[in-house]
Parts: sequence; C-alpha cells; structure tokens
Amino acid sequence: MEQLIFYSLAGATVLFGMLVVIARNPVHSAIFLIGALMCIAGLYLQMGAEFVGGVQILVYVGGVMVLFLFVIMLVNVRTAERVRQLSPEWKTALLLAGALSVELVYLVLKGPGVFATAAPEAIPALQGNTQNVGAALYTKYLLPFEIASVLLLVAMIGAVALARSRMD
Amino acid sequence: MIPASHYLILSALLVTIGVIGVLTRRNILIIFMSIELILNAANINLIAFSRQLQDVIGQVFAVFVITVAAAEAAIGLGIVIALFRNRETINADEIDLLKG
Amino acid sequence: MAEAGIALIKIAVVLGFVLNLAALLTWAERKQSAVIQDRIGANRASVFGLRLFGLFHIAADALKMLTKEDHVPQTAEKFIHGAAPFISFFFALMGFAVIPFGDVLRVGGREIPLRILDLNIGILFIFAAIALEIYGSVLAGWSSGSHYATLGGMRGSVQMFSYEIAWGVSLLGIFMVYDSLDLNRVVLRQGDLLWGVLPKWGIVTQPLGFLLFLAAGMAITKRVPFDLPEGESEIIGYFVEYSGMKFGLFFLTDFVLTILISALLATLFFGGYQLPYLEPDGFRFPWGATWSLDHYTVVFLQFVALVLKIVFFCWLLLAVRWTYPRFRYDQLMDLGWKVLFPLAVANVILTGLVLTLIE
Repeated sequence: MEQLIFYSLAGATVLFGMLVVIARNPVHSAIFLIGALMCIAGLYLQMGAEFVGGVQILVYVGGVMVLFLFVIMLVNVRTAERVRQLSPEWKTALLLAGALSVELVYLVLKGPGVFATAAPEAIPALQGNTQNVGAALYTKYLLPFEIASVLLLVAMIGAVALARSRMD
Repeated sequence: MIPASHYLILSALLVTIGVIGVLTRRNILIIFMSIELILNAANINLIAFSRQLQDVIGQVFAVFVITVAAAEAAIGLGIVIALFRNRETINADEIDLLKG
Repeated sequence: MAEAGIALIKIAVVLGFVLNLAALLTWAERKQSAVIQDRIGANRASVFGLRLFGLFHIAADALKMLTKEDHVPQTAEKFIHGAAPFISFFFALMGFAVIPFGDVLRVGGREIPLRILDLNIGILFIFAAIALEIYGSVLAGWSSGSHYATLGGMRGSVQMFSYEIAWGVSLLGIFMVYDSLDLNRVVLRQGDLLWGVLPKWGIVTQPLGFLLFLAAGMAITKRVPFDLPEGESEIIGYFVEYSGMKFGLFFLTDFVLTILISALLATLFFGGYQLPYLEPDGFRFPWGATWSLDHYTVVFLQFVALVLKIVFFCWLLLAVRWTYPRFRYDQLMDLGWKVLFPLAVANVILTGLVLTLIE
C-alpha cells in the first residue's frame, strides 16, 4: 500500500513537472505546477511531516500559485502560445542539463557510501509533529526565524515598490 | 517503508526537469515555475533526511525554504509586472537592455 | 474492512447533512429575504396543490438546473471550463472532513471518533481546502474566455487572498488559549468551566477574535456584502459564462461555504458539540443538581447541539446578507488590510500578554 501511494505520487509529480516545462500556455503550466506541488505535499504527509505538508498547500498552492495565476492573467499575452517557445541556446542548455542528470544519477547510485540511505528501523511518531516543528522554530532556530520574517518584510516592500504604477 | 534513496532519485529527477525548464524556455513566468520545481526538489530531500535521521530540523529548514520561495515569488512577479509595463514582453531573450 | 465501512458511514452522514442543509438554505434564503422585505417569497411550486411553504422549489430548481442547456462559449478552454465548478465544490466540501461532530461513540467495545479525519494539523487542513477552493473561481473566470469573467475571477482571487490572511490570524488567539490545532482538542477544552459557572467557550475567551473571524468568514463565502467577485445583477462575475448545473454548483458552493463558516464558528467559538454542563455521563449543574444520561443519549444530544448551532449561524449569515449593501472595492480592501488584519494581530498580542500574566 505504502509503495503504491509513493510510486503513484512520485510518478504524478514527475509527470506534472515535465508538463510544467513542456506546456505552451503559462496558465496550463501553472495548473500543472499546482498538481505537482499537491503531489509533493502528499509525499510530505506520507513521510510524517504533516506540518510542512499543510504549509506547502497553504503557502505554495494557496498563496504563491494564486499570485502566479494573477500575474499571468495581468500580463495576459494571448499570443504567448503562438510565438517561439525555446530560447536560442536550447541545445547547449539540454546538453548541460543532461550532464547534470548524469552527475545526479551517479551520486544517488553511489549513495549508500555517501549518505546513509538505508531504511530506518523506527517510523517517526506522527503525534505532535506540529508541536515538534514549532518548538524547534521558537527555541533553537529563533534567530533564523526572525531573519526570515525580516526577509518577508523586505520582500513585501520590494514587491510593492516594484509593482506600483508611477503615480508621482 | 520507502528507502530514502527513492526520494533522492525523485528529487534528482525534479531538479533536472527544473533546470531544463530554466535553461530552455523563453517565457519568464515558466522559468519562474521551473525554479519553484527546483526548490521543491530540495525540500523533498530535506524532509526525506529529516525522516531518515529522526530529526525535526530538516522540516524546520523546509519551512524556511518555503518562506524564501514565497519572498522570491513576490519579488520576482513584481519584477515581471514592472518589466511588462516598460517593455511589453515576458520573453527572457528579448530583455537585453545591458547589451547596449 | 469494518474501518472502511465506518469511515464511509461517517462521510455519508457529514455529506448528507451538509448537502441537505445547503439545499434547504437555497429555500431559506428566498423565504428569509421575503420576510425581511415584507414579501411572500417562493410559494408557486406545488405538487397536487400542496405547497408546503414553497419547499418544493428546491426540487424544482434542481430540475430546472439539470435540464437547462449546458452552454460552453466558443472561446472557452473546454476542459478547465468544465472542471472549475467541480474544483470549487469539491474543496469546499473537503473542509468538513476535520470538523468533529462528537467525541467518541462506543459501540460494542469499539471506539469510533466522530470526525472523518483525525489530523495533527487540524485547522490547517481547512485553511488548505479554502485556499484550493479559490482556484475554482479563478480558473472559471480565466477559462471562460470573456473579459468580464476574467476580471471577476481576478477580483475573487484578490479578495479571498486578502481576507484569508485576516481570517487565519484572527484564529491564532483561539489556538493560543486552547493550546492545540486539533479541532477536537479545542472543542474538548471548551467544555471546561470558567470560575465554576461559565462554559469556557471561544466567545468568552476571544470575543474580538470572534468578530474578526465572522467578518472575514463572510468575505470568504463571497456573498453580499462581499460579493464583488460575483455581483450577478450589476458587475457580473466569474461565472457569467456558466449555465445549467455548472452554474448551480457555483451557487451551491457559496452555501456550502456558508455552512463551513457556520460550522467553524460553532466549533471554535461556541463549544462545538459541547452543551453547557453536559459531561460524558449526564448533566452536572454547578448548583449541585445532576441528571445522569446514558452514552448514546449524550452523543445524540451533543450532535443535535452542534446542528442547532450551525443552523443558527447560517441564519445569522443569511440575515446579514439581506441587510447590508455591497462594499465598494476600495472599501473592501481597506476593511481587509487596514482594519481586520491589524486588529487580528493586536488580538494575538493581547492574548499572549494575558496568557503570560495568568501564568
């Protein structure tokens, strides 16, 4: 059962990921990305990271992707589908990506020596996942947490300054 | 119990797909979405290792990655809107103001 | 196997309740507006001369919706256009999965938790469901291939987006007081008594949070006074290109969301299935009187209490809908960002201060 869930979610994630890159229409791309993100949230749930799964849906799917759709509609270029889709250097790019994938596959195959990738004995306790993450965030990682909040503030101001129309 | 290496392979696949998207597409918005894919691939790794090592730290970092991704999206989309307003294009290779 | 059967029964109970109440609300809205505006209201549909206060209008409306032509505009993205109403409806219904309608039911040595899903993240699940529900309206607007619909969808996305933040933050106080995201734990802790008399309901501990949640919740349902994404009569919204049952689904989604907000208000601020002084073995009044009841009666009473609370809030939301005029768009944004959100943050800070002082 667990295998089945994992392989279907992982397969769907990869499929949606490819469709994101292949789709001609940015809105379709965004919809496929939403699908991929939801599958990834499902994988998080399966790994017992309920909180991150919830945040993934809430922030990514509910926030970031709505923003994406909004901007896509705002710069709605109906001609976007009909123009050339690939950048001029796409052959070099594919070559580089191929090299990267070879490298990654090599790393993962070498994996057991580099990382401990054997299955752990005990399944982490699902109970209290939110409390655990919260406790770590507010004690040991308080400083990064505060820095993240400053980052968000800066991003917010930056986005407002960038996107507002010239009124002066 | 799915071994962590399976998650690593999935994440490697997603990174590769994301990199292909970033390097080959012209549409800035799709490039952005490919970057989101790459960030998510990193998150899968973090969560997989968090489970592997029975440590919640990986999940804390994943939350930070999501935060950064949200900030990046807000700024990035702001830039896209500003660009579109000035240049009426969202194709990455037509935005070459620095070429002189 | 028995587990799956029990889960299916629970889903059937919740879905049956929600969908029937939603259908009843379509009737209640017409009748209630009629009472408010001093009219008679829907009373024409009759079966063999039997009118029954116009209750047959529900069936008549459903038949009308189902038999109407399902028109898809030529410029529409066929697939997304067809899928959007279902996305909306599905995710609105999904929110009910974590709402507890009782504590546990003990039947034949088996303990059945009376909610569909027991999730550690509890309320985050509902937030996620509502966040996904937005896509229904955004995609409907975009895929219709009409500028009016697209604009409606964009208005909808911005409104939901803005109010979801105030909505979420207004609830933080509740979770600080009751110390859990799990809705059932929140409800159980609301069963405590404050000073031995007053039930420790959310409305007592978080009065400001309640008002903010109510206001933001109404915006989430996209109904008057927050119906700018729809505005059927004047500015037309995201479902202008929909007809037949697909339109009907959007229409029903609003009512399902109304019920979801009512259920959340009842669960978080009015003790959920808790009745004051009702303990698992019967009533125990603070003045010493007791009235012992058996397990099934208690569970039944608690379920009825929750249903009555939900119906009350549905009535309240409908009454608001027929009492206030629509906001202007800038007023809507001002209310969300400049009033509700800062007040919600202030509420969080205040709650934190009070909690530290009490400790």
